[in-house]
Amino acid sequence: MAAINLLVNGMRHTVEVEPSTPLLYVLRNDLDLAGPKFGCGLGQCGACTVLIRGEAVRSCVRPVSQVQNVEITTLEGLAKSGQLDPIQQAWIDEQVPACGFCQNGQILTAKALLDKNPNPTDAQIRDGMKNTLCRCMTYYRINAAVKLAAQRRNA
Amino acid sequence: MTRTPSRRSFLQTTGMLVASAAAISLEGVEAFLQQAATPAGPYPDIDFLQLDSWIVIRPDNTATFFVGKTDLGQGTGTAFRQIMADELDIKFENTTCIMGATDTTPDQGGSGGSDALQTDGYPMRRVAAEARRVLLDMAAQHLNVPVTSLAVSDGVVRTTIGDTADREVTYGELIGGKKFNVTLSGRNVDATTGKAPLKSVKDMPNVGRSPRRDDIPAKVNGSQRWAVDMKVPGMLHARHVRPPMVGATLKAIDEASVKDVPGLVRVISRGNYVAVVCEREEQAIRAARQLKIEWTPPATAPFPSSENLFTFMRAATPSSASEPSVVGDMAAGFAGAATTIEANYDVPFQGHTSFGPAHAMADPSNGQLTIYSNDMKSYGMRAGVAQFLKIPKEKIRVVWMHGPQAYGRTAADDAGFEAAFLATELGRPVRVQWSRQEETAWDTKGPAYAVTMKGGLDAKGQLVALDYDARAADFNHVGYNEHDTVLISQLMGQRKTPARGRASYPSDKYGVPNRRMAGSVVPMPLAWETPVRMGNLRDPDGPQVTFASESFIDELAFAAKADPLAFRLALLERGTGDDSGFKRARSIACIKAAAEKFGWDTRPSPKSRGTGDIATGRGVAYAYRSETVAVEIVEVDVNRRTGHVWVKRIVCAHDCGLVINPEAATRTLEGGLLHSVSRALHEEARFDESKMLTVDWVTSPTLTHADVPERIDIVHVNGDPNPNRPDLRHYGAGETVCKPMLAAVANAIFDATGVRMRRLPFTAPRVLAALKA
Repeated sequence: MAAINLLVNGMRHTVEVEPSTPLLYVLRNDLDLAGPKFGCGLGQCGACTVLIRGEAVRSCVRPVSQVQNVEITTLEGLAKSGQLDPIQQAWIDEQVPACGFCQNGQILTAKALLDKNPNPTDAQIRDGMKNTLCRCMTYYRINAAVKLAAQRRNA
Repeated sequence: MTRTPSRRSFLQTTGMLVASAAAISLEGVEAFLQQAATPAGPYPDIDFLQLDSWIVIRPDNTATFFVGKTDLGQGTGTAFRQIMADELDIKFENTTCIMGATDTTPDQGGSGGSDALQTDGYPMRRVAAEARRVLLDMAAQHLNVPVTSLAVSDGVVRTTIGDTADREVTYGELIGGKKFNVTLSGRNVDATTGKAPLKSVKDMPNVGRSPRRDDIPAKVNGSQRWAVDMKVPGMLHARHVRPPMVGATLKAIDEASVKDVPGLVRVISRGNYVAVVCEREEQAIRAARQLKIEWTPPATAPFPSSENLFTFMRAATPSSASEPSVVGDMAAGFAGAATTIEANYDVPFQGHTSFGPAHAMADPSNGQLTIYSNDMKSYGMRAGVAQFLKIPKEKIRVVWMHGPQAYGRTAADDAGFEAAFLATELGRPVRVQWSRQEETAWDTKGPAYAVTMKGGLDAKGQLVALDYDARAADFNHVGYNEHDTVLISQLMGQRKTPARGRASYPSDKYGVPNRRMAGSVVPMPLAWETPVRMGNLRDPDGPQVTFASESFIDELAFAAKADPLAFRLALLERGTGDDSGFKRARSIACIKAAAEKFGWDTRPSPKSRGTGDIATGRGVAYAYRSETVAVEIVEVDVNRRTGHVWVKRIVCAHDCGLVINPEAATRTLEGGLLHSVSRALHEEARFDESKMLTVDWVTSPTLTHADVPERIDIVHVNGDPNPNRPDLRHYGAGETVCKPMLAAVANAIFDATGVRMRRLPFTAPRVLAALKA
């Protein structure tokens, strides 16, 4: 066990855990953040995605000791001053989720994608999102929501 | 029944199960966490014959509906509010709906069969109509006018005649915070009714509107608390160790191998069931990896390898047979045929592979047992766990909470029993979480099918004889929450006798003068304690059956040199059987609607070939399920160099009767269509002769964003061909669309390339090999 210092959604936390513990379990079990989900524990599906320095990172395979004192954003931290991020709003307006379990990863992956490329083509959306899985197959609506969010962000 | 204090406090405090129009507030989340403090129990059944069990109206003129269903992401909770608000005459925005908590909502069986609106929607409408009737009677007394002089809208009752006009009273003023004390009638929950008649659909303003799904905001902003998030003080974390070789017997556990794992509470084993329980989740993961167990391999292989599956199935001795369905005289039909063709179709085992591995949390506080689960059949879990643990049902409640992808009998059932067992053993709350590898390997599978089709065409190309003969590997079909077939029970050796299983038949309305459908079940060597275990997977058997039947109709159209869509229309138009449910007429309407939307050009398949890498083709297939009809047309690109298939356009014409929420229905159908595309192109549970080979998303691929179609069009075909029926009924939507897709894709590949794919899935290597053959 070791004291680990984390900066999550603008808040500082110190937790006593094994340094090798994947970030996911600390976020979920110690910090009570339910946005990131356990989907595979293998970095394959994207359910556990968080943003670290603007990158979409899979928290299920990232040891907590490696992400000390860097700004971590979870789904809960995406809204600013009570205002949903345009991507979240697009997700509601397009009524994207079915079960919704993967949507944490979809939304945060889309956020990282649009922050880097504000005007992605259809092919760039497909490519940028292809490793974030959805088994309810809401892909078609996610695609539409990403375009809607891009349009609004650029307006 | 008398409403228990727990139910009352639940109403006051719960945040997460109340589906409200607004995003759930922080207060709601706090209330949810408080709710985790277990009410004392016991937990008697909710009496469905009491109006108070279904509807509560508060002084502020808001209503909460209690229904015994679960919403797996189709928006049924929102649709229930729409139809109940309409029957009650209250504002949709002033309603909430609580679902699937066994001590709070009447037992409507949870979800399954896409029948939420077809079956359960009617008692919901009737009880809401009855509440309106009772409230109008109360208003008549209150205002001292005859009930016939009253009008109601948005929960406000007004007088309409004479000098009493314009006096009004709200539902909340009449009954807010009080009980109806009205007894309903009905021999079972589906038949529950009061005295009030149902409204005419034209008087239901919310029907056909698409208010947004009430669960989406919290799922998008991160405030939703799911079953996977359920935690209480003192809760432990469990992980499993499964037999590494299927059919192996546990010989010895080396507990010393995990003695250095911090937080280890106990290694628990019973028969071949093994769990490690730790204070923290990552500790349980480590203990499960580290635990050394000696297993004795089985004497014989549990199953053939998946490579040899169909050879094995076609040679096996069936364990049971379905009753054949025969029309006309098969021998005479084939004797009169000018052309006879025959073909075999093979569909492998396919898993649910739920996106979120199975999980549940069980809390044994107060000498009772509360199970928090996303299982779609919470009531069945309560009854099954009572039998499994041999404790009275009244001591158990199952609280349904939102969860990942559940389209049938998933391993959520198994996890609920495992959590209940471990919590009871340890006397502490335990959260069970399956690993990805466990989920993909050990969840239930849709049965493999090996089908032989034979058909005869007369000299004019008319279908005169059609034979369907299926072999289904449905040899160990597990039901929902069965105390002796859930995985823990199997591994404890409790189940000895085989399950009968079934082989299913095509569902179409074709007019074929001589037709036989027959099927049998074939067993694998090992029936129990195997990951090759069958359970209902999204329209159980339908995709397999329809792949064979609707691919073969295309092959017959090819033999008859006919356009495959026109060939189907002609077969439907030749139908002479009873059509009192108008399924034949509605099938014809759907085929025409799909063809029009797609812009179908009438010509035989295959299309004349181009020369580039990409060959494009279109295919159609059709089926019905219960009362619902689906016709699907897809356009595919086949890459002749790589074998990659892209389904780039889908048109689905769908008739499920009255559509309550068109947007939610459309989304549900889109998801079902694409899941079926994934099954067509990617999904197969693979194994060698001792273990599963598909264990994660690399070994068990699924459709991804990369292959999203360019366009999906859903056409809701809802004309009622019966002029004498005042109102269209609401049928089921969802699973029907899973039937035709596999054949539609195969038919489109044939149209594009002239190559007939008869074995699923159509992976790039398999298609490439077929193109080169």
